[in-house]
Amino acid sequence: MKALDARALRKDFPIFEQEIHGKPLAFLDSAASSQKPRQMLEAMDRFYETSYANVHRGVYELAERATEALELSRERMRAFVNAPSAREIIFVRNATEALNLVAYAWGLWNLEPGDLVVVTELEHHSNFVPWQFIASKRGAELRLLPLTEDGELDLSGLDDLAREGNVKVVATNLVSNSLGTINPVDRLVAWAHEQGAIFVCDAAQAAPHMRVDVQALGVDFLALSGHKVCGPSGIGVLWGRTELLQKMEPFLTGGHMISSVRADRTTWGELPHKFEAGTAPMAEAVGLAAAVDYVEAAGLEAIEAYEHELAAYALGRLAEIPGITLYGPPADRRAGIVSFNLADVHPHDVAQILDLQGVAIRAGHHCCQPLMQKLGVAATNRASFYLYTVREEIDQLVEGLHAVRKVFA
Amino acid sequence: MTEFDQLYREVILDHYKNPRGHGTIEDADAEAEGQNPLCGDEVSIYVAFGEDGETVEDVKFSGRGCAISQAATSMLMEMSKGRTASELAELDKDELLEEIGVPLTPVRLKCAMLGLTTLKVALHKAKGTPLPEGLAGFDELDLI
Repeated sequence: MKALDARALRKDFPIFEQEIHGKPLAFLDSAASSQKPRQMLEAMDRFYETSYANVHRGVYELAERATEALELSRERMRAFVNAPSAREIIFVRNATEALNLVAYAWGLWNLEPGDLVVVTELEHHSNFVPWQFIASKRGAELRLLPLTEDGELDLSGLDDLAREGNVKVVATNLVSNSLGTINPVDRLVAWAHEQGAIFVCDAAQAAPHMRVDVQALGVDFLALSGHKVCGPSGIGVLWGRTELLQKMEPFLTGGHMISSVRADRTTWGELPHKFEAGTAPMAEAVGLAAAVDYVEAAGLEAIEAYEHELAAYALGRLAEIPGITLYGPPADRRAGIVSFNLADVHPHDVAQILDLQGVAIRAGHHCCQPLMQKLGVAATNRASFYLYTVREEIDQLVEGLHAVRKVFA
Repeated sequence: MTEFDQLYREVILDHYKNPRGHGTIEDADAEAEGQNPLCGDEVSIYVAFGEDGETVEDVKFSGRGCAISQAATSMLMEMSKGRTASELAELDKDELLEEIGVPLTPVRLKCAMLGLTTLKVALHKAKGTPLPEGLAGFDELDLI
């Protein structure tokens, strides 16, 4: 495996060519959204400048070029998640929309009163709220897998859960956006399938940082957001098994997703079009394909290994700071995400003082209010890393935290 | 002075560390709870009126949150005592901002206004007057 050269990769990201508040930018919020390499930006520009027209409708040259670009991007994303077929790759706005698609188009039609939908205390709201909403609409019940003290999923109650009712859906993330925990999806998939349930995997936080292979994982649906994988905002992918997608009703209806429309009846188009109503995010798809080219050229295994190193380094340096509380599992069982609190200083104050020193971190509940309730805090600070993160940024964070301590001494 | 010395100037930190009017009032004449889901700030405000049923005789707050939200609410407690409910229900936010005296980004403005908005909701609720525009629709207040 080729080691990652973050310092070289960093030069591909124009955003770092600036100072913030007169300081070098230490961008430690990649878990919220990643920065963009020039290669991706140029691919989108090129598409707009040379090949732009609406897809699938025109019979002229530009429309054909645009259609080809969109479908090549779909094929690129098929390879990225190792899906059996490109028809199973549905372009959506983001992981949230992908998960809503499954909750509505599968959950609304298949859940029945008394059924169980199992999520976890670690879920992002995007894989929690849709299930809570649709379950309550159908009279089904939502159950939460609890966490251990270490911030890892506690699977000891699975047998009891199986006896409580008909488990129809198991929905969890592969990597927690808040604690960085890498979840034991293989065990949960096996358990879900024993129950006859579908397994819905939120890979938004995993896809940027590790190889995500839908066939190896054995999941039934998988969602990811392009903007976290160096891609543009406004595009994400839902992958689903053909046999499930074919049986499902559509989520959004309208143009492009139809086969025929009559005054009294409409029939749906073939996969993936049935789930892609309206004009596709064409340039975004082209950008996303270029982004995963970029990420794969750097090497997903190398990224994962590098982030483990950074997480270990950050956990070590942060532990030196008096009054710090670190959340989540040890570095070898987490992605490049570190959540912490500094004494009783509110994370918002921490983040603001850090910002004035050029350090960007996330402060808040990270769209994980059930997890915050479990941790007994209103919010945490979160520093997260990616392939362009260098150790100096973590050092800058540590220095910044010492300044926070001084202000609140 | 560095920028964060300005933002977290002494008076803000003093109010944050030694909040004025911190506590609760049992059988308060007016009370409301406000939250800022952005950073998890929470403030509850309790008001006791004097014999005229109008003058604020005592006002207290409880809650937790960032320094800006808690300090601003503490300052608001000092500003509110002895004034009338109708006056406070219409209080111009600039009066509080002047007291805070530091420039705030739009995000932090929400933190700073949490106490005032919650106080206004409490007073309007107690008097049965309609919430002004911008606050309409808030009961258990969610600012965002």
